[in-house]
Amino acid sequence: MAGMKQRIFDLYGWFEQRLGLGEAITGAAEHPVPSKTSSWWYVFGSAAAVLFMLQIVTGILLAIVYAPTAGQAWNSLQFLDHNIRLGWYLRALHGWGSDFMVAVVLIHLAQVFLFGAYKYPRELTWIVGVFLLLLTLGMAFTGQVLRFDQDAYWGLGIGVSIVSRVPWIGGALVDILLGGPILAGPTLSRFFALHVFVIPGILLALVGVHAWMVLRLGINEWPMPGRLVSKKTYVAEYHKLTQKSGIPFVPEGAWKDALFAAAIVLAVMACAAWFGPFGPTGQPDPTIIQTAPKPDVAFLWIYAVLAYLPANLETPALFIAPVVIVLALILLPLIFGEGEKHWSRRPGAVLMLTGVALTLGIFTRLGTYTPWSPIMDAWSREPVPVACLKDRTPLERAGAIVFQNKQCRNCHAIGGEGGMRGPALDGVASQMTEDQMIRQVLQGGGNMPAFGNALSPAETTALVDFLETLRSGRVPAAIDASRNVAESPGPQPGTPNLPARPGR
Amino acid sequence: MEQETMQPIDSQPSGELADATTPRTDASGRSRRIFLFKMALFLNGMVGTVLAIPILGYLLGPALRKSASQNAWIDLGDAGDYPEGETRLASFRDPFTAPWDGQTADIPCWVRRIHGNDFQVFAINCAHLGCPVRWFAQSQLFMCPCHGGVYYADGSRASGPPPRGLFEYEHKVAEGKLMILAGKIPTLASKNCGGPRLTQIQPAASAEAGSGIPSQKPGDDSWPA
Ligand code: FES
Repeated sequence: MAGMKQRIFDLYGWFEQRLGLGEAITGAAEHPVPSKTSSWWYVFGSAAAVLFMLQIVTGILLAIVYAPTAGQAWNSLQFLDHNIRLGWYLRALHGWGSDFMVAVVLIHLAQVFLFGAYKYPRELTWIVGVFLLLLTLGMAFTGQVLRFDQDAYWGLGIGVSIVSRVPWIGGALVDILLGGPILAGPTLSRFFALHVFVIPGILLALVGVHAWMVLRLGINEWPMPGRLVSKKTYVAEYHKLTQKSGIPFVPEGAWKDALFAAAIVLAVMACAAWFGPFGPTGQPDPTIIQTAPKPDVAFLWIYAVLAYLPANLETPALFIAPVVIVLALILLPLIFGEGEKHWSRRPGAVLMLTGVALTLGIFTRLGTYTPWSPIMDAWSREPVPVACLKDRTPLERAGAIVFQNKQCRNCHAIGGEGGMRGPALDGVASQMTEDQMIRQVLQGGGNMPAFGNALSPAETTALVDFLETLRSGRVPAAIDASRNVAESPGPQPGTPNLPARPGR
Repeated sequence: MEQETMQPIDSQPSGELADATTPRTDASGRSRRIFLFKMALFLNGMVGTVLAIPILGYLLGPALRKSASQNAWIDLGDAGDYPEGETRLASFRDPFTAPWDGQTADIPCWVRRIHGNDFQVFAINCAHLGCPVRWFAQSQLFMCPCHGGVYYADGSRASGPPPRGLFEYEHKVAEGKLMILAGKIPTLASKNCGGPRLTQIQPAASAEAGSGIPSQKPGDDSWPA
């Protein structure tokens, strides 16, 4: 037994004599860190790194089967899912690993922001971290493209349309992005190269730089209210802190990192096993247009924002907002490099973080059910509720048929079923008079197309008659008070009456 | 084993090895080597710059192509096969396709035959962000599934976020065949690069025969809050 041990030591010695890394690694592992940094709050950075490793391994394993050509990528995913033993599981691991990685990187960023850890002397660590976040999002986006299905195809089409709006060079950028006149083979190959070589290469290098700076500058000490960061004294103070009450990073500081890393990988494994892989949805055949493309969860909020932006703000917002956000993130530590770290003394920071988190959350939530999208088959799928047909005249029922047949339902819900693009019409008769309805239907407006060309006068009458029956509860029907005035003989027939409705 | 006698190489006294070849420490030799090194750096810079030219040319190649060469006349079949007064989905194989493009080179488009040889051929891509628009014959509207852009039968914008009407392909009827000039994906930038003749459609149906109902202007105050 002792001989065995000795031989292992000898072997280690042989390598160590030639590599000379042992000392450096031991030194780095055992460097003292402030004792309070052994906290569950401090585990997200290492967890992100572990997830990145998982992504590299599962990514390589997928790459040995995946066929990166527009004509075959989708088939090779089917093959992975159904013909390769556990191929589906590897796809699921990579997909869920990606979602987890984006989430953990975001949480890491939020924690570092909240703890003021970006302040002197860790400004550059933060800036590199901002680029790591962007690269992680880049991986998520390009990865979604490699899952070359309907969503990927049309999602890429959206990307192309966005790029085409860049002033002056939009057209050239589109060409470079596509690699040809249409979204096809060369496009996918480009994204393959980005996802597999370019972005991971930069990501690996920057993760190295990021980790090196954490080692060199030390882990951010636990913030204390009133303990201000000053460029003159900080390094000495930090040194004193680690000397006085420091603990070796390994094992006393790092055991929580290790435990959390294991837990998060386990969570990825569990999600992958339970929920399975993402997609692929339909095949990337542009002639199959029965589709409503949707981005992956990390980009749902962008999708939602794009839907809600007024058309004239869209192009500026698309190109100015990202630049402003990234610049703000980069400049943050340079401008606020000193001072208070504790969150209780930085209400603005806390408020901002909460605001951003809430905004992202709300828009992501909206993105999951896309109330701004018409439901393209609602008109032929959802029946008119029986309650809306009971005790109605034949004309009103004919109106209900017009209502369905003219696709009104795609944007307007009745009885909770139908699109949410326009207002629900359950109580429309209480809100609009007959005349207003006729005008609205025929001329449109307020984000509704005009149906004047699509409706015969008889259809319009029936439709409006039906709509007139849609009242919420006991709320009476809307009436046009001016109608009585108009109908009573006025002093000067032919001159316009008082406006029926006051101006806007 | 030998292990006890060994020490890390970097902590060995370097004297003997170093002394074996006495370096020339005279100032002139030193400055000469510094000069040579700088020259070598400069040379590398030159080589790098020259190397960058073909690399950039390769990467930017797609953007440098003449956009006129990215469109060609494509046969959409007998003009008579499209019923008058209807709008039908047609599709064509993009002329500039690579063998490994698979289905992605099958491009759909909407063909509207107004009457006789009077056609309109619309791109499938919404003018907003490129989603595939769908035609609804009953309501005479194109609807976009993404953000609810809507267009009238003649392709003009009806409502929603699109900044303009549907993209239209130039077309002609030759020997009874409907031909369109297509090839490049239509985007808002297409008109910027000058090539493809994707014409801007005149604003809504002012000339539309029939009901004579004026098209609405955005911002009409019509829906009570
Ligand atoms: S892509 Fe059609 S409305 Fe946005």
